Amino acid sequence: MEAVHTHADHGHHDHGHDDHDHKPTGLKRWLMSTNHKDIGTMYLWFSFCMFIVGGIMALVIRSELFQPGLQIVKPEFFNSMTTYHGLIMVFGAIMPAFVGFANWLIPMQIGAADMAFPRMNNLSFWLLPPAAFLLIGAQFAPGGGAGVGWTLYAPLSTQAGPAMDLTIFAIHILGMSSIMGSINIITTLLNMRAPGMTLMKMPMFCWTWLITAYLLVAVMPVLAGAVTMTLTDRHFGTHFFNAAGGGDPVLYQHIFWFFGHPEVYIIAIPAFGVVSQVIPAFSRKPLFGYASMVYATASIAILSFMVWAHHMYTAGMPVQAQLYFMYATVLIAVPTGVKVFNWVATMWRGSLTFETPMLFALGFLFLFTLGGFTGLVLSITPVDVQLHDTYYVVAHFHYVMVAGALFSAFAGIYFWLPKWTGRMYDEKLGRIHFWLSLVFFNLTFFVQHFLGLAGMPRRIPDYALQFAEFNAISSVGAFGFGFSQLLFLYIVIKTITSGEKAPDRPWEGADSLEWTHLPSPAPFHSFVEPPVIK
Amino acid sequence: MRNLGVNKWIFAVASLLSSVAAWAEYKLNLQTPHTLLGEKIYDLHTIVTIICVIIFVGVFGFMFYAVFHHRKSVGHKAAQFHENTAVEVAWTLIPFVILIALAIPATGTLITMRDTTEADITIKATGYQWKWGYDYLKGEGAGISFYSALSTPRSQIDGEDVAGRQANPHYLLETDNNVVVPVGQKIRILTTAADVIHAWYVPALSVKQDAVPGFIRDTWFKAEQPGIYRGQCAELCGKEHGFMPIVVEVMTAEKYTAWVASQQTKAVAAKVDPDKTWTLAELKTQGEKVFGQNCAACHQATGMGVPGAFPALSGSKVVNGPQQDQIKLVLNGKQGTAMNSFKHLSDVELASVITYTRNSWSNHTGEAVSPASIKAQR
Repeated sequence: MEAVHTHADHGHHDHGHDDHDHKPTGLKRWLMSTNHKDIGTMYLWFSFCMFIVGGIMALVIRSELFQPGLQIVKPEFFNSMTTYHGLIMVFGAIMPAFVGFANWLIPMQIGAADMAFPRMNNLSFWLLPPAAFLLIGAQFAPGGGAGVGWTLYAPLSTQAGPAMDLTIFAIHILGMSSIMGSINIITTLLNMRAPGMTLMKMPMFCWTWLITAYLLVAVMPVLAGAVTMTLTDRHFGTHFFNAAGGGDPVLYQHIFWFFGHPEVYIIAIPAFGVVSQVIPAFSRKPLFGYASMVYATASIAILSFMVWAHHMYTAGMPVQAQLYFMYATVLIAVPTGVKVFNWVATMWRGSLTFETPMLFALGFLFLFTLGGFTGLVLSITPVDVQLHDTYYVVAHFHYVMVAGALFSAFAGIYFWLPKWTGRMYDEKLGRIHFWLSLVFFNLTFFVQHFLGLAGMPRRIPDYALQFAEFNAISSVGAFGFGFSQLLFLYIVIKTITSGEKAPDRPWEGADSLEWTHLPSPAPFHSFVEPPVIK
Repeated sequence: MRNLGVNKWIFAVASLLSSVAAWAEYKLNLQTPHTLLGEKIYDLHTIVTIICVIIFVGVFGFMFYAVFHHRKSVGHKAAQFHENTAVEVAWTLIPFVILIALAIPATGTLITMRDTTEADITIKATGYQWKWGYDYLKGEGAGISFYSALSTPRSQIDGEDVAGRQANPHYLLETDNNVVVPVGQKIRILTTAADVIHAWYVPALSVKQDAVPGFIRDTWFKAEQPGIYRGQCAELCGKEHGFMPIVVEVMTAEKYTAWVASQQTKAVAAKVDPDKTWTLAELKTQGEKVFGQNCAACHQATGMGVPGAFPALSGSKVVNGPQQDQIKLVLNGKQGTAMNSFKHLSDVELASVITYTRNSWSNHTGEAVSPASIKAQR
């Protein structure tokens, strides 16, 4: 990726273009934007807003669970909070955050002028606010939000109130947005790479998004199908999920998890991509095993289609099927292990420094691996049957989702903020944000392993007294974690408004095109003429 | 194999993470299993956890070595290697072998776990929103049938009686009728449900099986010691999901035989004369009980319901309208709402609860609904 000829010329060339560029202003700039950078920015801010909304819901849950007994909310409202916390965090916060990264970075990393379909890009983003409006609005539907869990299992979902319909439509809209975004990403990556940038020369982040986008195109329609069947069961007299009419409630679970398991990797794989950019940069050493990293990521994606029923070991299926799903599931540990080993090997004999992005990447590595190990414990069917639907599972997927995806998103934001804004963040505050997040995250979720082992089911608003101590600790941790994120908001605003001017390449080891070829901040239009990669 | 030191490990990590003292009292591991199968599962969990801890320490040993020794601030210069085929093949194959080693004992345990044949006693557990119904189908005690609902007083849950809650060692894990089984016998549990999916979960007996409406699933256990084992519904089933516990009382064979006899006498005594004529007052008194067990969770003891979610019965058009319509609604439920069919209740129970609603709160129809009219409309 280095060794590019007429490097300086191109840089100046871009500058020249920028000077004569008509950048739209005001509301129009954002509403009608077809610029990948502006759309990326909107994705990221949207995701942060949803992160706050979902976070407040989590704090309602943790407040109620601070002590045994029903103190603050009614059980039906509690169920609604667990449902929408999950939906909003998954579909509103984490997924759009990584699409935001994709928008900002993919064109710059492959030397393209923009995304392949800029207008569709605009539509993909602007579908999100109405979906968010529906999800939040569902709380105010007659009877309140649908307390059915983010998995929306039938027949509980067919008996829920009108909020369920709003939720179903929100999912349809989010699905459309994701599919369009993915088509855009695939087309961009396959067609718009600068001359000389072969697929196997793409930065790891681009590779992870190429794979993720294929996963999204494959499974979002499946989810849309599942919720549409729920909708027709609710209103149009079908009985897909009603045994009395010849249907089967467990059918819903099969369809949902055929989407749901790849969804886990849709969230995790771009996170792998970010970390694969950050760790080499701060190790001042190329990524170890680039090719094996690509193959491992692709293997994880392919395997993710073959393991869905490990979410349903207690739902009832033949023992042979359980054995198959157990074997297929443990297999995922192999490529995942390869990735972790590669990251550690990248650091090995490097020249490490520990700025905030690196700290978050290491936090990701450490805690995501812990989540991977509890995943291995859960993959053993007889053990899973004990732990299924308990807090052990809650702890497991928060290690993967929060310490995995969220920490990696933080790493990415601190890493690219200088390129995006042209200003440096406050390093000291960034480190404080990391340590607070790390400590409070573990305080919140580590103890939940014990709750699950001891037999506390998930999604209950009140619990037996033996669970009281760990729940209290977990709630304290959750509030600490929540408030630590306000510091993050402050850091970002401070960077934008008054950060020190950032050099074009603030990180010594960063070597992809956005660092080597573009100034900081990256101009509104970059790579109007593609660089040539040798 | 049990207590192989995982506790200590977890204990150490937990202590590091928080300065709270006196952890030892609290449960840090799976509940002590009381079945042989449960012990196998417990050991399996211990082995997997230990393997994970060893690999974790190994991998992050390398990482932290690099973090401390290969940092720029100690003057370490970056090497530029970026692949090593031998190492890469090794760390693909070695985990593969470890996983196969894990899958072998797991396969054996899983096959045992799913073998529900040759049971001594078969009990059907039916999940309702929000209680369990039990029917003893085969073996000693066949024919026994009862419902089992949470017996923790509402005042302890709502916080009117915090002292009572704190003094209650079985808060939320106690029922009015426990499932009773003999020790040392293979008990097969068939699970099903009447409305939405529930799950029958008793940690100490190592059983968890979803109860799916319209389908029968099964699981089994064989308790090694007499005792009382407590669990909960483990699949989200609506607003009272957290309040439908399962209590299994394991007795010696003699005590179990005595229990069966007492249940059978009770059943005969409770059998009502089908020709009995009921007075309004009798029906209302019985109806209040039935209402508390089946209806009050949604429609509330005040009959006011929850605005927007569950309709009020007090002043309701249906309750104050023709009897037949109300009977029909209660018998068949209302599709697409939380109002399920209550066909599983007896004619007398239904007659009394409908009579109760038609003559309580602001409703004064003065009508008694006879069990015969329920029977006629079934």
